Amino acid sequence: MTDLTRKTADELARSLASKEVSSVEVTQALVDRIGAVDGQIHAFLHVDAEGALATAADVDARRANGEQLSYLAGVPIAVKDVLATKGLPTTCGSKMLDGWIPPYDATVTAKIKAAGLPILGKTNMDEFAMGSSTEHSAYGPTHNPWDTTRIPGGSGGGSAAAVAAFEAPLAIGTDTGGSIRQPGALTGTVGVKPTYGGVSRYGLVAMASSLDQAGPVTRTVLDAALLHELIAGHDPMDSTSIPDAVPAVVAAARRADVKGLRIGIVKELGGEGFQPGVEARFNEAVELLTSAGAEVVEVSIPSLKYALGAYYLVMPSEASSNLAKFDAMRYGVRVPPAGVDDPSAEQVMASSRDAGFGDEVKRRIILGTYALSSGYYDAYYGSAQKVRTVLSRDFTAAFAGVDLLVSPTSPTTAYPLGDKLDDPLAMYLGDVATIPANLIGIPGLSLPVGLADEDDLPVGLQFLAPQKADDRLYNAAAALERLLEDKWGGTLLSRAPELEVAR
Amino acid sequence: MSEPVTGISRDDVVHLAGLARIDLSDAELDHLATELPAILEHVASVQEAAGDDVPAMSHPVPVDNVFREDVVRPSLAPEDALAAAPASDQQRFLVPKILGES
Repeated sequence: MTDLTRKTADELARSLASKEVSSVEVTQALVDRIGAVDGQIHAFLHVDAEGALATAADVDARRANGEQLSYLAGVPIAVKDVLATKGLPTTCGSKMLDGWIPPYDATVTAKIKAAGLPILGKTNMDEFAMGSSTEHSAYGPTHNPWDTTRIPGGSGGGSAAAVAAFEAPLAIGTDTGGSIRQPGALTGTVGVKPTYGGVSRYGLVAMASSLDQAGPVTRTVLDAALLHELIAGHDPMDSTSIPDAVPAVVAAARRADVKGLRIGIVKELGGEGFQPGVEARFNEAVELLTSAGAEVVEVSIPSLKYALGAYYLVMPSEASSNLAKFDAMRYGVRVPPAGVDDPSAEQVMASSRDAGFGDEVKRRIILGTYALSSGYYDAYYGSAQKVRTVLSRDFTAAFAGVDLLVSPTSPTTAYPLGDKLDDPLAMYLGDVATIPANLIGIPGLSLPVGLADEDDLPVGLQFLAPQKADDRLYNAAAALERLLEDKWGGTLLSRAPELEVAR
Repeated sequence: MSEPVTGISRDDVVHLAGLARIDLSDAELDHLATELPAILEHVASVQEAAGDDVPAMSHPVPVDNVFREDVVRPSLAPEDALAAAPASDQQRFLVPKILGES
């Protein structure tokens, strides 16, 4: 019998539609897989086998009745723990929300439920999505399925690892500075950050409201497109949701043709600080695109040197403001100060926030509070906002000459757990290639393009497109995916070491 | 480039922690007081990136204020809204005293 956990979402959707398999069988296989391997991976903070199987049984019954179902109905999915799920715990990887069960669904969650995808559980993440390694989760790190002594990337390391370890064919991630794309690169999976406003943020617990965006985490480009189409679209509950029609991402992924496309290599995203094995795989992938008929040129975006600085001002500023809502009054933990008789609300708030937040969250709140304070606002937050304008102009100029831009997704492959935990600046520097897309709202996709020679770990290539041209990412990435898999004679993940199966 | 507006001292961190309502321990304050200057030094380069003529961008996609129709629609029931409250009483959030004096 074929291993259902290895199937892509598209394959599963077709097998379900033709009634070759039932959703209960698929869901049970994945629940069993989670039980067998998640002890080593820790991709999940909460597994809802019962709820997932109930949804699966319901979808199977509706299909048997001849009901018209969504294409992905019955295909199980994992959801990052930063999206509100009614009736399921939502902790954001923080002690602050330990045990919180939201009374409502995020719009993304509601769309998944309406389409009949069984929700396997909630995936691990850096606390409130702050981090690039998933080591800042209050519930312990996620391990990279390629080498369990290494990070899976972050903040969405749980979603990426779940998909890479065949614990789920689909997952939802969120990307504020690379939290979908960088874990994708480090785990050999596909991750897409849609255009800002393309997917509703309603019910996504905000870190930086002008940067956050939810998107698909999958093993193939087509699966990502199918999930993108399902979760995207205008939402009146999100004032920043764009009213335009969702780009035809599925059609683009099926087209997969780069002939005549103009593709720009971003000069500033390479060289110093980029691991040789990352650059080698990136360059080979670009050659493949050229051989398939794309016209590749080098493009310079000088203002990129300010992007990291702007990001690490805008993000903590917005985060410090967003996280002010955790005041221990209406939800979240309340920890009264020790040794204070009849403490005031303010004292309870301060001691609760000390007890509920971890180091990285505190660091960013303090940094953001500083950047927003009177006297420093113009120099820091104000200057950072101007950098966004300059960066946006530079990218617009670049896109006048090319259809897509490419770069390595991450300067390095997955590093050992603990390596950068005590050096926040070193960890921040790893986000250099992914943050520009968030600052200016453009879509980006990371595709696995091979293993680095020095460590046999996955390397990702990032495609960037203009705002609202998400379909271009899928077309080019699907073409490159096909070229690479023809060359390899299979998927990259088929080369990942087998995980030990617990019984 | 212009000098970064200023360094950041341990006293500054104490003040910021108060503004942010986080009761940081002495060890945390010491740690942040050594970490933040390095981070700020790195990000301070944004001050040289753009002149006064460059407008600030708050959102990557232009945002207009949005009003919805003023119509009644389902909302959370009081028991759902209060379900996660640390303390509640008579359909209200129960909070500690809000004034410092006892």
